[in-house]
Amino acid sequence: MSTMPVISARNLDLVFQTGDGSVQALSDITLDIEKGEFVSLIGPSGCGKTTLLRVIADLEKPTAGSITVNGTTPENARLDGAYGYVFQQAALFPWRTIADNVALPLEIMGLGAEEKASRIKRNLDLVNLTGFEKKFPWQLSGGMQQRASIARALAVEPDMLLMDEPFGALDEIVRDHLNEELLKLWATTKKTVVFVTHSIPEAVYLSTRIVVMSPRPGRIHEIIDCDLGDDRPLDIRETPEFLRIAHQVRDGLREGHSDEA
Amino acid sequence: MIAFRPNWQAIAAFLAGLASLVALPFTATMETGASLLVTVIVVGASVLSMLKLRPAVEAVILAVASHGAAWLLIGGLEDAFGTATFGYFASLAAAWLLAWRLVTVLSEMKLTSVTAQRTVSLIVPAIFGIWILILWEALTRGGGVPFVLLPPPSSIGARIVTSTNILAADFVQTVLKAVFIGYLIGTLSGFVVAVLADRFRFLAAGLLPIGNMVAALPMIGIAPIMVIWFGFDWHSKAAVVVVMTFFPMLVNTLAGLAATGHMERDLMRTYGASHWQVLGKLRLPVAMPFIFNALKINSTLALIGAIVAEFFGTPVVGMGFRISTEVGRMNLDMVWAEIALAAVVGSLFYGLLALAERIVTFWHPSYR
Repeated sequence: MSTMPVISARNLDLVFQTGDGSVQALSDITLDIEKGEFVSLIGPSGCGKTTLLRVIADLEKPTAGSITVNGTTPENARLDGAYGYVFQQAALFPWRTIADNVALPLEIMGLGAEEKASRIKRNLDLVNLTGFEKKFPWQLSGGMQQRASIARALAVEPDMLLMDEPFGALDEIVRDHLNEELLKLWATTKKTVVFVTHSIPEAVYLSTRIVVMSPRPGRIHEIIDCDLGDDRPLDIRETPEFLRIAHQVRDGLREGHSDEA
Repeated sequence: MIAFRPNWQAIAAFLAGLASLVALPFTATMETGASLLVTVIVVGASVLSMLKLRPAVEAVILAVASHGAAWLLIGGLEDAFGTATFGYFASLAAAWLLAWRLVTVLSEMKLTSVTAQRTVSLIVPAIFGIWILILWEALTRGGGVPFVLLPPPSSIGARIVTSTNILAADFVQTVLKAVFIGYLIGTLSGFVVAVLADRFRFLAAGLLPIGNMVAALPMIGIAPIMVIWFGFDWHSKAAVVVVMTFFPMLVNTLAGLAATGHMERDLMRTYGASHWQVLGKLRLPVAMPFIFNALKINSTLALIGAIVAEFFGTPVVGMGFRISTEVGRMNLDMVWAEIALAAVVGSLFYGLLALAERIVTFWHPSYR
C-alpha cells in the first residue's frame, strides 16, 4: 500500500451557511498528496486554502465529496494523532512554560514522564530553542514563539504537518530564517507537509508542488511542480529556474482572478 | 545668600498661622503659651519650607512641625469639648497644609533605591490616613460635634480596646460562621453549576438569563424569609450569603468559560482532547481572571449580606445585631467599633483574594 496517497480528496464541496445566504468555500476539489511531499496551497484570501487544510484536519466537515487521510476518515486520522497542526499565531498557553507548552499534547496522549521529557528535549532542540524551556511564551519574540509551536506540533511525532500561514505574522527577515529551518527540518524528518501561504517566494522556495487556488467559489486553478531539488540555499531565489516557477505561479494566480478584474 | 522657593501650601499655612494669633488662647483649657508655641511651629515651618532646602531636610521639618502642632492642638482640648476658637481652627488648617506640602515633597523626591521608593509609597498613604483621623478628632472634639452624630476616633479606639471580648464573639458569629460558610457554599455551588451548565447546553440556555437577572437584584431583601426558613442563628445569615454569592459566581464563571479563543479550542481538538481535558487544561485557566472577579465581588457581598441579615432577627451576638441594638442605645462608639472591625475584615478578605489572584493569574497581561 506504499503507493497510496497520504491525503486523497475527491470532488470536495463545502458550503457555509451564513447570516446572508450560503457561501461556497470549496468547489469540486480533487487532490492527492503523496507521502514525503511538501505541498503549498496558495491563493488570494477567500480562495478556500485554509478551509481545505481544516477539512484535512477534521476541523471542518465537507458538505459533499470524499476525503481520506492516511487511508481512513479525517476524524480517525485526527484521533490517531496523524498530524500536527501549526496555526497562524503560535497559540501558546501563557500560563505554561515553553517546555510545558510542548508537553501539552503529550499529556493528552497520556505519555509517561520519561518519554515526555525526552520528546520535549528532542523537539525543542530541533527548532533551536534549547535553553528556553523555563521561559514563558510572552518572554519570547514572535519568531521564537512560532518555533515553539512547531516543536509542539512535532512532539506528537506525526507523519504529517499541516501549517496554516505559520509565518504570516512575522517580519521578512525572521520569515526567511524560519523558512530555511523548516526546509532543514523537512529534509531530516521526511514528513509530509501541507503548507498554506499567500507568499509566492515562500511557496516556491519550500514546496515540491504548488496548488494554485482561486476564489468564489474556492477551487483549484492549477497544480505546478516545483522541482528545485533538495538542496535549497536562500539565494536559490535569484536563479532563473526559481524565477520561472514563481512567474508561472503568478500567472496562475492572475488567471484565477481574471473573471473579476 | 538665601534662595526663596515659595509654594502655595507654605504661603497659606504662613497666613493661617498668623491669623490664628487674633484668637489666643485656642481653647478653654489651653494656655496662651502653648497656643503661641503652636503658632510659632507652623509659621516657622512654613518659612523654612519656602527656603531652598534639600527635599529630605524639608520633609523632616514638615513632618515634625505638622504632626507636632496637631499633637499639641489635640492635647490642648482635654475636656474643653466644643470650646475651640477661630485661632484653633486656623492653626489646625495651617498644620494640615504643612502635611499637604509634606506629601507633595515626598512624592516629588527622586529616589534611586527600590527600598526607599517602596518606603515612600507606604508613607504617603499613611500620612493621608493619619490626617483623616487627626482632622476627625480635632474637628469633632474642638467643634463640639454631638457624640451621636459622630464620635471622635479616640473614643472609638477606647471602645475597641475595652470591648475586645464582645467584638471577638461578634466576629466569630458573623464572619467565621455566617460569612465564611455561606461564601464557601455559595461560590462553590455557583462554580459547579456553571461547569455543569457549560457541559449541558440546556442548563446554560435556561440559567444564564435568570442568573443575569437575579445577579442584578438586591438579594438582601430575602433576609427576613431566610430567618423564617432557617431560624434566628447563623444558618439563616449563611443562607442569605449563599443566595447573594451564587449568581455572581455562576454568571462570571460562564462568561470566563466562553472567553477561550477559537484557535486554542481548535488546537485542543487536533489533539483529540476530551471535554474535561479541554476544560482543565485550557478553559478553566482562561476563566481564572473572571472567577477571581466573582470571588472579589462576593467577598464584599457576603459581608454586607451577613451583617444586614442580622437586622432581621438573631441571637444576642453578631456584628449586625450589635450595630442595630447599640444604635438604639445611642452607643455610637460601639457602632463605629463594629464598622471599623467590618472594614478591617473586608479589606483583609479582599486583599488576600487579590494576592491569590496575582499568584494564580501571573501570566495575565495586567500582571506580567
